[in-house]
Amino acid sequence: MTYFIDRRLNPKGKSLGNRQRFLRRARAQIRDAVQKSLKDSAVADIGKERKIKISTKGTSEPRFRLDPKAAGEHDFVLPGNKEFMPGDEIKKPHSGEGQSRGKDAADYAEGEDDFEFAMSQDEVLDIFFEDLELPNLVRTTLKETPNKTWKRAGITTAGSPSQINLIRTMRNAQGRRLALHRPKLVDVKAMEELLDRLEREDPLSEETREKIVALKANLARAIAKRKWVGFIDPVDVRYNSYTEQPVPTSQAVMFCLMDVSGSMGEREKDLAKRFYMLLHLFLRRRYRKVDIVFVRHTHDAQEVDEQEFFYSRQSGGTIVSTALDKMLEIQRERYTTSDWNIYAAQASDGYTQSGDARRCVEMLNAEIMPLCQYYAYIEILDEREMEVFASEDSGAELWRAYRTVADVWPNFATKRISKPADIFPVFRELFKKAEAG
Amino acid sequence: MTTATTSKLLFTDAEWDFASLDRAYKAIEEIALGDLKLDVYPNQVEVISSEQMLDAYSSLGMPLMYHHWSFGKLFAREDTMYRAGHSALAYEIVINSSPCISYLLEENTMTMQALVMAHAAFGHNHFFKNNYLFRQWTNAEGILDYLAFAKHYIAACEERYGRDDVEAVLDAAHALMDQGVFRYRRPPKPSRERVMEKRRRRAAYEEEAFNDLWRTLPAGVETLAAPVIPEDEDAFDGDMKLPEENLLYFLEKHSPTLRAWQRELLRIVRNLAQYFYPQRQTKVMNEGCATFVHHAIMNILFDRGLIGEGSLLEFLHSHTSVVFQPEFSDPRYGGINPYALGFAMMSDIRRIAEDPTQEDREWFPQFAGSGDWVGTLKDAWANYRDESFIEQFLSPKLMRDFRLFALFDKADEESYRVSAIHNEQGYRKIRSLLARQYDTGIADPNVQVVDANLKGDRTLFLEHRMHRGVPLHHATRELVTGHIERLWGYDVVLEEVAD
Repeated sequence: MTYFIDRRLNPKGKSLGNRQRFLRRARAQIRDAVQKSLKDSAVADIGKERKIKISTKGTSEPRFRLDPKAAGEHDFVLPGNKEFMPGDEIKKPHSGEGQSRGKDAADYAEGEDDFEFAMSQDEVLDIFFEDLELPNLVRTTLKETPNKTWKRAGITTAGSPSQINLIRTMRNAQGRRLALHRPKLVDVKAMEELLDRLEREDPLSEETREKIVALKANLARAIAKRKWVGFIDPVDVRYNSYTEQPVPTSQAVMFCLMDVSGSMGEREKDLAKRFYMLLHLFLRRRYRKVDIVFVRHTHDAQEVDEQEFFYSRQSGGTIVSTALDKMLEIQRERYTTSDWNIYAAQASDGYTQSGDARRCVEMLNAEIMPLCQYYAYIEILDEREMEVFASEDSGAELWRAYRTVADVWPNFATKRISKPADIFPVFRELFKKAEAG
Repeated sequence: MTTATTSKLLFTDAEWDFASLDRAYKAIEEIALGDLKLDVYPNQVEVISSEQMLDAYSSLGMPLMYHHWSFGKLFAREDTMYRAGHSALAYEIVINSSPCISYLLEENTMTMQALVMAHAAFGHNHFFKNNYLFRQWTNAEGILDYLAFAKHYIAACEERYGRDDVEAVLDAAHALMDQGVFRYRRPPKPSRERVMEKRRRRAAYEEEAFNDLWRTLPAGVETLAAPVIPEDEDAFDGDMKLPEENLLYFLEKHSPTLRAWQRELLRIVRNLAQYFYPQRQTKVMNEGCATFVHHAIMNILFDRGLIGEGSLLEFLHSHTSVVFQPEFSDPRYGGINPYALGFAMMSDIRRIAEDPTQEDREWFPQFAGSGDWVGTLKDAWANYRDESFIEQFLSPKLMRDFRLFALFDKADEESYRVSAIHNEQGYRKIRSLLARQYDTGIADPNVQVVDANLKGDRTLFLEHRMHRGVPLHHATRELVTGHIERLWGYDVVLEEVAD
């Protein structure tokens, strides 16, 4: 007996559990590899599926094996002899990997080689954003609980027809029918047929007549009983019950302020954009309800959308405080502090119109910092400048000015970036999960 | 039955459907059981998608398997290779179980499906059912149930003892899989955990089935008390029966530190290793048998007009690439292709039986010219493994065809020496050297437990009996010894001993 079974519709991804175990196992290597591979990718490619190459350290599967290269002797047989005669000597190929033993050597090395595989965007970002969070995210208002969710709350006897629990209902109905001995339809049919047959008998004997009478009575009783004891009775019906439960949410808004003035070269802008791209992905992934406001500025600030923020070009002079003005304006209009956690990240090359830095500091100290949960300032330097400003204390005007803010406010952070490789460590440092306690 | 008309074709389309699969299966079955006199387990043929094929790959070809990260790694690797186009998927996977489950890939053409059914559902199936190694060592009826037990047991362990602890034991056990097989038969003994498991299940059943009403029955109900078994489940036996070559068995029975569930995990891995052990010893024969069978069946199908010329060509194209043997100097060379060698040897047996040369008569007087190639092959399939099969049946003609030659390699010398080639003086030497190459007893390192100091510091002494002075690879030796230490719980000393 042979069976053909079509398994194509069976659930796929049977080895998903294994994959998760593998990713967990190779976590450390994968994290390094992910960061390395993200570092070199273009802005638009950050959130894509990618190939990851990891060393197999930590995921090696050692077995005992023989090492005929180390000592001892052995024979082996090969196909395809063309010119050799017994007694011929063949030089062993150097560097270990001979053509004849090449494949075997590769087999042996398996487990120590690098190992490449593809990871989906989700997996990559999961690993990348592991241990990161917005600092000081608090519920600023208790009344703000607009989100509700429905939760199962057992079975009830009353409800709307759309919520009928069929299984419970039918089970109850069956129990009641059995308990009350409801005549079955087949039995009634059988009686009717019998009656029909008896009535057709031509010379109706006395006996048959009596039978018919009895049968008619029985039948009437059965039919009546079927009417009293319904197939389904209102007492059988059960409904799924749901209750509404409020979901506490906290709202947050992230202001992204970026300098796009002429002094920011392509390289600087690219670095800034990468930083924000990462921030954007992080927020989108981790917090369902985070508003992101993009503000870019030259000597003048404007609010733009995501597309424009990341991909359009603009040029002009530099007045940093215009961006702060714009941010405050938007905040007053749309994000009251009582309802929103407010975050800001600012990227600039550190140059601004002279005197403007002081104004920025004043605004920050007086107005912005009291509103903000966290404010990150990222200064983008070129590598030569990075060497010149090796110390945290020395720097351009804006940097020095902002340092004074950082001294006053613990939730104000300043960091410098000079090359793509800096972005990831800085990003991780800025959004590191706070130690418990 | 012999005149060909187009109406007799089993299928004309390249696309398959279940009706044509069924027709083809019936025709193939008739030939397999009638002409080739094969003896097979009942078949169960399953059609799967390429994704499911990858899934199956990464669980060692089994339809169900416990979870472990190494399978995830395998999957990631196969998946990447497949997507990059480096490797094609196998056309089929077949499982040594009863019923014998074969997987067909949905993308195959109808010709390929017929080929695969002949190959897997009859070739491999016959071999699984008849070869002495499989009969002795594997339990085709029970394997799927056992795997289901293993999967649930390991999942339950993960839940109860934590994923990391379970993983640590499985990692160590996997490292010892090659040293976890019995090469010779010995009586089985139920593990403590199996006994405990039985008791637990019984207790659970009693709990579930408990009903106070039973008490009120006039006759009373007999009490279902389980027999009392002493609770020292973590104790270990005094008599260790050394030396012991099955390291997993030894650790399962005698490790002073393992808990009962850890012993059971070792047992599961050991049973799996034992289940796969015959396959490792019969690679050439198993694939050769399946390839020979599909070749014979497809040709008979064509001779009887059941498949068209297009199908025959498609089949031949696929068949030749399967049995292709690159020469050693070819960049594609990756060892001797078991399909090529197995198929060539079996076709050669048929040739010798039907149409022998003088040389064949000298070398194979038992069956040369007997004409009974079916009988000879069936006997070989049933009673040999790769090593003995080659030693017995590799003919001089094949050695010439493959142009086989043997190299002698001494580790500290600058060059290999050609010790024999395919000539009158070399045939016997090459044959026995090649046979030796397939002897798992020589290819696998021979590591044994020789002593355990149970009274003192509990050091475990292992020996590697070197064959012709070849030592263990140093780095992996340290890693695996580390795994053994983890299972044993105390120091482990591994010594190299000259044979």
